[in-house]
Amino acid sequence: MSEIDTGMVAEQIEQSDQINEPAGTSEVGRPRRRKEDARLLTGRTQWTDNLSRPGMLQVMFLRSPMAHARITRVDVSGARELPGVVAAFSGQDFAAEQGSLPCAWPVSEDIVIPDHPPMAVSEVRYVGEAVACVIATDRYRAADALEAIDIEYEPLPAVLDMNEALADGSPKVHEAGNKAFSVKINSGDIDAAFRDAPVVIDRTYIQQRLIPSAMEPRAVLADTDGDAFTISSSTQIPHVLRVMLAVVTGIPEHKLRVIAPDVGGGFGSKLQVTAEEVLCLLLARKLGRPVKWTESRSEGNLTVHHGRDQIQHIRLAAEADGRIRGLQVDLLADMGAYLMLVTPGIPLLGASMFNAIYKMDAYEFGCTGVFTTKMPTDAYRGAGRPEATFGIERVMDELAAELKMDPVEVRRRNWIKHDEFPYTTISGLTYDSGNYEAATDRALALFGYDKLRAEQADRRDRGDPVQLGIGVSTYTEMCGLAPSRMLGEANYGAGGWEHGSVRMLPTGKVEVITGTSPHGQGHVTSWSQIAADALGVPFDDVTVLHGDTAIAHKGMDTYGSRSLVVGGIAVLKACEKVKDKARKLAAHVLECSPEDLEYAAGAFKVRGTDTQKTIQELAYAAFTAHDLPEGVEARLDSDATFDPENYSFPHGTHLCAVEVDTETGMVKIRSYVAVDDVGKVVNPLIVEGQVHGGIAQGIAQALFEEAVYDAEGNLLTTTMADYLLPSAADLPAFQLDRTESPATSNPLGVKGVGEAGTIASTPAVVNAIVDALRPRGIHDVRMPCTPERVWRALQDGALEGVRR
Amino acid sequence: MPRITVTVDGIKYEEDVEPRLLLVHLLRERLGKTGTPVGCDTSNCGACTVMLDGTSVKSCSVLAVQADGCEVVTIEGLGVNGSMHPMQRAFHEEHALQCGYCTPGMVMAAIDLLREDPEPSEEAIRQGLEGNLCRCTGYCNIVKAVRRGAQEMGRAVTTP
Ligand code: FES
Ligand code: FES
Repeated sequence: MSEIDTGMVAEQIEQSDQINEPAGTSEVGRPRRRKEDARLLTGRTQWTDNLSRPGMLQVMFLRSPMAHARITRVDVSGARELPGVVAAFSGQDFAAEQGSLPCAWPVSEDIVIPDHPPMAVSEVRYVGEAVACVIATDRYRAADALEAIDIEYEPLPAVLDMNEALADGSPKVHEAGNKAFSVKINSGDIDAAFRDAPVVIDRTYIQQRLIPSAMEPRAVLADTDGDAFTISSSTQIPHVLRVMLAVVTGIPEHKLRVIAPDVGGGFGSKLQVTAEEVLCLLLARKLGRPVKWTESRSEGNLTVHHGRDQIQHIRLAAEADGRIRGLQVDLLADMGAYLMLVTPGIPLLGASMFNAIYKMDAYEFGCTGVFTTKMPTDAYRGAGRPEATFGIERVMDELAAELKMDPVEVRRRNWIKHDEFPYTTISGLTYDSGNYEAATDRALALFGYDKLRAEQADRRDRGDPVQLGIGVSTYTEMCGLAPSRMLGEANYGAGGWEHGSVRMLPTGKVEVITGTSPHGQGHVTSWSQIAADALGVPFDDVTVLHGDTAIAHKGMDTYGSRSLVVGGIAVLKACEKVKDKARKLAAHVLECSPEDLEYAAGAFKVRGTDTQKTIQELAYAAFTAHDLPEGVEARLDSDATFDPENYSFPHGTHLCAVEVDTETGMVKIRSYVAVDDVGKVVNPLIVEGQVHGGIAQGIAQALFEEAVYDAEGNLLTTTMADYLLPSAADLPAFQLDRTESPATSNPLGVKGVGEAGTIASTPAVVNAIVDALRPRGIHDVRMPCTPERVWRALQDGALEGVRR
Repeated sequence: MPRITVTVDGIKYEEDVEPRLLLVHLLRERLGKTGTPVGCDTSNCGACTVMLDGTSVKSCSVLAVQADGCEVVTIEGLGVNGSMHPMQRAFHEEHALQCGYCTPGMVMAAIDLLREDPEPSEEAIRQGLEGNLCRCTGYCNIVKAVRRGAQEMGRAVTTP
């Protein structure tokens, strides 16, 4: 390899990135290459599974092969005897101490939150549930020992279908029945909207179950030095996890340190308090030794919470000119066997998003959460909002088809116009800013919409076996999960503020500490940009610390595109406080009054003179201070929390062109255009990367991915060979552009971008496929739109049975 | 237990290994080479890709004993003396990584694909990386990075 080595040292990366930038240029908005990259690219990483401690033991779990059964006998003594095995326990051994995994979002009065032991004690309710564990000197010995555990089950009936689960006489997943909760929301006169409506569209869509599949499998390392514990976990939520682990295990919070080291992707799947985290902690306590658990992929597919899984029944009433009168949504949401951290809240996050960017007179939303004997569902990439956006965007296309209108035109007639912001929607949210016309016009131009429509018509006329389909999706999302007041109204079990702190070191360098916990989003780079501007210091002089509760001592972590909109602003506020302190210090050092100082480009200058001190010089002055007056402290540090008044509402228009081979059912994405409006942009490179990844996932839901259970409740898609994740060869290049309507709910005007691509893309792709097939009388293809499903639809119009 | 000799990133090791020990576990757990991560157990994801005698392999599908007498290069040994390989640099410049978990394997696969086709088309790059999955990037920037890396490597080879 050496002959192709350039001899460029890794550390030079950061310096090379700032060449040719004039001094004083704003950092925010600049396409900075990431500070994070050098370590990740050279393998100097701290994935949890890379960590090791002296005397560390390996934990492995025995998992239920049955979807539903009573445990009649369990004997772990055979495992204990094997070489290298230190201990083995069953759920029964742990019954008294293991507590119950928490659910923090009791969405309704009638909610049933079943007891959820980390290891099953007497009954298993999904395939993969932990029933016993072994602790051995290495993973090979632990795997051997699992086979020596003797366990007997008495099978109980599996409950897999939500409609059947709700039917009278259905076997019960829990004593209290299979209904977890029901919620109904009404706004406007829905009956009047549907009465004598010229057009009514009535459709049922299935949001298939997805497996999040972050590339890094989960891992947990728990260590103790007596009565204090440190747990490293591949988690998105070290702070929430710390509180919850303290509550569940009874270990006092101040004796518990949680570290999220490098985390290899999350997408919501690591927004969880898992059985394995609780059990590793308890095992470290019991054995007085460090223990580690590392998930295998097939174990992960069974036991990382799944996403989506809804049956959506949607009715839309409209005028003959396409204007919407009313929308009625009735959901069944599969909870799986238990309610995990925010399981019941996920479908509710979609409740105020079904009406999307459209004006209407009436809206009704109903949702029933259903228990089944499957892995629980919970937050996954967009969490509730992709489902809602899919539903409404599919129905809008059906409305267009019914009225023989262009699907873009039907949207135009209904959406909120750019001069109508702020606008309070029928579901009660106030959208602060946006410009749907601008984003759509730009997307149409970039896409070459008219030309593609002409080509489509031509192919139709010629009876080309390869038909062209065009799909549009105009979306908004409610993101930046924060406003504590609004989360409180939704019964969410915590506030939504975020914490940031800033400390200037004696040499003038800056440490920023954030309560958010990144796992690929590039916070270190973006937060450096924000702090560099706010303090007037060089980008390279800032470092960002996160993900360790001993350092980042407060926070609400990273999910729901909240990091920048809430956490980034907390950092900005902390910087402003530091600047206030620096002004007082400058006044003392420069022997003037604070009012005589003007601040520019990182320096305080005595008005009308050349005398000045940079903020970095002042940091040193604070360190060397001997004679500070009353009220001026010897420190340039501060912290702040931020809790915005409102969510933020990115929006955009995605357009997809597909070629559908009517002879084979093959779908090929020919082009994909996305114009997103995520407000002000801190780092365009990072925004673009996030949108790319989101679109890839949305396309994958449309075309490839589905968690499949058989009739007995066995997961058939336990490996990456069975669960089809798209590779580079399966996806096209995406064409991206942006419009910019700054948010009004935060001082930077930022909106959040993590989930936008996923939310928008799935309906764009499916709309395109249906558009290609509509002349054949097809108005739906169930996701994922595999060649087989498309082909079957073409043969006999037979969609897979969608019962309701 | 078989004894093997293997050179990893320029250092020669002699190890007693169980016949069932996977190369990736030898690297990660015995030799401390944790730069190579594991993403699956079915050889589908490519996260564990390393060079074995100059060709990329998924180290989760190679037994340690099969590496006896071989030379392994991991992401940690790719540059020399703390330097970066042009492909690593290209990934940085094109923002071709986010969480970075797939990245070592991607870089290895990318370098290997250029052995046969030093100036690959977009199509060829996408096909060539089919065995390496990324969940964060959507691949657009990875494809661009491989292009850029190819150019840089071509330059480095032709200008001594
Ligand atoms: S870990 Fe080797 S291919 Fe996935
Ligand atoms: S960068 Fe996260 S999986 Fe590729």
